[in-house]
Amino acid sequence: MQLIACPWCGPREEVEFHYGGQAHVPYPDSPAELSDEEWALYVFFRDNTKGRFAERWNHTTGCRRWFNAIRDTTTYRFESVYRLDDPKPPVTELARSRRSTAP
Amino acid sequence: MSPPFRTASGGRIDRATAVEFIFDGQTLTGHPGDTLASALLAHGRHQVATSITLGRSRGIAAAWAEDPGGLVQVEEPFPEPMLLATTVELFDGLVAHGLPGQGRLADVPDSARYDAVHHHVDVLVVGAGPAGLAAALTAARAGARVALVDEQSEAGGSLLSGTERLDDAPALEWVAAAVAELAGSPEVLHLQRTTAFGSYDDGFVLALERRTDHLGAAAPRHVSRQRVWRIRARSVVVATGAHERPVVFADNDRPGTMLAGAARTFLHRYGVLPGRAAVVFTTNDSAYDTALDLSRAGVHVQAVVDARPEGSPRRREECEAAGIRLLPGAVVTGTQGVERVTHALVAPFADGAVGAGSAIACDLLLVSGGWNPAVHLYSQARGRLRYDEVLGAFLPGERLDGLTVAGSAAGVLDLAGCLADGRRGARAALTALGITPAADDRLPAAPESAVPTAPLVLWRVPDTSGADGSTSFVDLQRDATVADIARAIGAGLRSIEHVKRYTTIGTAHDQGKTSGVLTSGITAELLGIPVQDTGTTTFRPPYTPVAFAALAGRDRGRLFDPERVTALHEWHVAAGAVFEDVGQWKRPRYYPRPGEDMAAAVLRECAAARTGVGILDGSTLGKIDVQGPDAAVLLDRLYTNMMSSLKVGSVRYGVMCGVDGMVIDDGTVLRLAEDRFLVLTTTGGAAKVLDWMEEWVQTEWPDLRVHCTSVTEQWVTLPVVGPRSRDVVGAVFPGVDVSAEAFPFMTWRDTSLEGVPVRLARISFSGELAYEVYVNPWYAVAVWQRLLEAGRPHGITPYGTETMHVLRAEKGYPIIGQDTDGTVTPHDLGMAWAVSKKKPDFIGKRSFARPANADPLRKQLVGLLPVDRETVLPEGSQVVEFLADGELPPPPVPMLGHVTSSYRSAELARPFALALVRGGRERIGETVHVPVDGTLVPAEVTGSVLVDPEGARRDG
Ligand SMILES: [Zn+2]
Repeated sequence: MQLIACPWCGPREEVEFHYGGQAHVPYPDSPAELSDEEWALYVFFRDNTKGRFAERWNHTTGCRRWFNAIRDTTTYRFESVYRLDDPKPPVTELARSRRSTAP
Repeated sequence: MSPPFRTASGGRIDRATAVEFIFDGQTLTGHPGDTLASALLAHGRHQVATSITLGRSRGIAAAWAEDPGGLVQVEEPFPEPMLLATTVELFDGLVAHGLPGQGRLADVPDSARYDAVHHHVDVLVVGAGPAGLAAALTAARAGARVALVDEQSEAGGSLLSGTERLDDAPALEWVAAAVAELAGSPEVLHLQRTTAFGSYDDGFVLALERRTDHLGAAAPRHVSRQRVWRIRARSVVVATGAHERPVVFADNDRPGTMLAGAARTFLHRYGVLPGRAAVVFTTNDSAYDTALDLSRAGVHVQAVVDARPEGSPRRREECEAAGIRLLPGAVVTGTQGVERVTHALVAPFADGAVGAGSAIACDLLLVSGGWNPAVHLYSQARGRLRYDEVLGAFLPGERLDGLTVAGSAAGVLDLAGCLADGRRGARAALTALGITPAADDRLPAAPESAVPTAPLVLWRVPDTSGADGSTSFVDLQRDATVADIARAIGAGLRSIEHVKRYTTIGTAHDQGKTSGVLTSGITAELLGIPVQDTGTTTFRPPYTPVAFAALAGRDRGRLFDPERVTALHEWHVAAGAVFEDVGQWKRPRYYPRPGEDMAAAVLRECAAARTGVGILDGSTLGKIDVQGPDAAVLLDRLYTNMMSSLKVGSVRYGVMCGVDGMVIDDGTVLRLAEDRFLVLTTTGGAAKVLDWMEEWVQTEWPDLRVHCTSVTEQWVTLPVVGPRSRDVVGAVFPGVDVSAEAFPFMTWRDTSLEGVPVRLARISFSGELAYEVYVNPWYAVAVWQRLLEAGRPHGITPYGTETMHVLRAEKGYPIIGQDTDGTVTPHDLGMAWAVSKKKPDFIGKRSFARPANADPLRKQLVGLLPVDRETVLPEGSQVVEFLADGELPPPPVPMLGHVTSSYRSAELARPFALALVRGGRERIGETVHVPVDGTLVPAEVTGSVLVDPEGARRDG
């Protein structure tokens, strides 16, 4: 059971949080002007990234605030958390590894 | 009189106190400090069980949780299946018997308490042996918050099993001093009889403390029997020691065959001689300690059989002085005996080949094939293992953040090394946490020990018995042999995980503590590949078995899930209500009168509401207070209809959809002020709708000046329903003009009752004239009583959720989540009128324009009237086309939809149903078939509103 660092509360048990899917998928400005396909892309389609992924999380049983996180979907490690009004951090840099090479 | 195999003195047992117990019907004695296994061995008893599939005799083969042999069932004081005799602490009145491979669950309830504690520390040390104690002392002296857990009844680990000395005194004196020092450190939690059984992310470790198991019937009732410790550690030091592993040979399961180190434990810790005449078979130096100690204690050590060509030159002199015969370059190839070993078969061994052998008489055959570090917790934390060629063992292969392995769990096998490694592990943990180790963290001096002769890695002795490995047991608990591994490989399996599943090795009670690495070694050998390429199977929690009762803790029965009750709950109970669970709420379902079943009670309650007056406790309705200058903007975006045009003092029904256009909740909205609304949701949807509002406000529209909060529990809601409701409400609140003109439908009024604020709303979920009464829960009972009092002349009838459902279904009002399933739009429900055409956008709007949502063959909500006027169609029944011959065609039968709600109607004097039916509105007037219990019930399709379709009744 991992700890998730809420940007407002600090590290808390993962059971306090709810997953909110891919981050940075804004509600379209003018849905009426979108084609059916464009609208369907917004409603139904999300990336299924292997590796670092920008996600939304909600501290459901804590402060109840939403925030964003960069998480590695292969290791489950949270590499950074950031507030909704923070810019998306670059996800290309090499992640800090939990492991270091044995002596 | 002492049992025959009890030594004259020594050990950690309380010889002054005798304990009586019954095993397999025989009354025996032991001492406090014994385990069931040591007490049985003191009576000369090795065989305790029979094996699961072959029925072979099995005995005590180790001294603790790694034992694959001694499975017992405890009967008294409380039945418990499948415990190891080696881990059951002896107490007066224990009744147990050996098991044929599997146990029996208790058929009486477990009355013991179980609980759980959360604990947070800087450093958690698992294991109170030399390395663990050194680590805990180092961390405690630095002022860190420390937890030390150890699974034995007392601290000391391997020191309990030997005669080692530290600082020129018995090592256990240092152990006692260390325990005392830790006890005096305010930031240290030290728990014995506590097994860390699972290691998870971010330093989370689960440990089971056995608090009263060792007390038997004397256990105090108020103390929990077992406790799960949920420990969150910033850093974990794993000092869990090592398990000795056997060497596999033919008939190696015969009782009297035991790990060499275990015999030393039984001698020194429990004062028990595990036999009179021993043969020791080893591949390494550690078994020589056992041989010499047993010899000194009076056991005749017949021979030390050492598979290494030179044996142990280092120990040769000591053994010769003790008169122990040394047989280097030899192996044990098999055993003789029936229920107990009588002979070890010994043969020369060179370059993997076995020569001609001979039998050596013995009643005890001790085996050591080396040591497997107990890497379970490290491995559970996803640490990778590496194979060490010299030790023939898998060791931690990398550093993990926040988890250090120390002592023999890391492959350090000498005492001085373990002490130093424990301190090193703790210092590393402290440094990582930014805590400075104390200047003085001195450790006791261990005597110099010579470098041992290198061990030989030997997994198995070639089978010369003619049985082809079919009696060479790898996993005694599964009766799995070398022949089984060979069969798995013959079947084409290569992965150790597949071999495990094919042979079932490692899947029993002991989870392969002795058999796992042997299987890797033997599999590698048979495949002709290096062991490191085979690897090990995955280590998974729990390390040792944990009872479900302990994991459940106090979360049982009524405490399993919170129960929510309304302010009127006691009244409902006293009135004899039958309750139903609605989410976590307890709601009255109906109020039966003597002799009434549910159907009769509901018909009576329905008739009262339709012809007189009924009253409901609707307090569970979700209520959300939405405030702020942009409150109306938010609701306009979330509801399909227009809320901003709602006048203060008025009420509007609204529907909420997801972005996909499917209905997620419905309810009424009261406008309390220009900048304030009270949003009512379904009982089950209350939390979800608040979350939904928060999600949009926070993530998409942070510019909106609006706040939402739940006020569900701040108001009770008491609908007074029926043609006589005006008389009742008017009588209780004389200050309110309750006439239809002054107080129209879908409006609300504030009033007060003796100074208590009350809100009244003309909302109807039944189609009848109705007033909802809102009041602070403190006054719920008083207001409810007054309404009942005022209603008595009109026969006011409390009704429950079942009647509420019938009344609303008769009006075609859907229950979201019962009549809908996440694929239903407002249009499907016949609620196009609730979808605004004026608003430029709202959540779900764009999806209504998708072609699929315009399909005339979508499932639509309609009414169904069974033609026989008898059958209550079971909810969930499928709806199919009318079949003239009355026979269902062979499957697949094309489905038109399904029944979503179905009741008996007092008003209609017949059963009716709501259903989602393909192109349903086009089918009104047609007859369809509903298969019920193998017969086809014809039903007429109708509109969804079956009672008062004109809405003539709502004003009374
Ligand atoms: Zn938070």
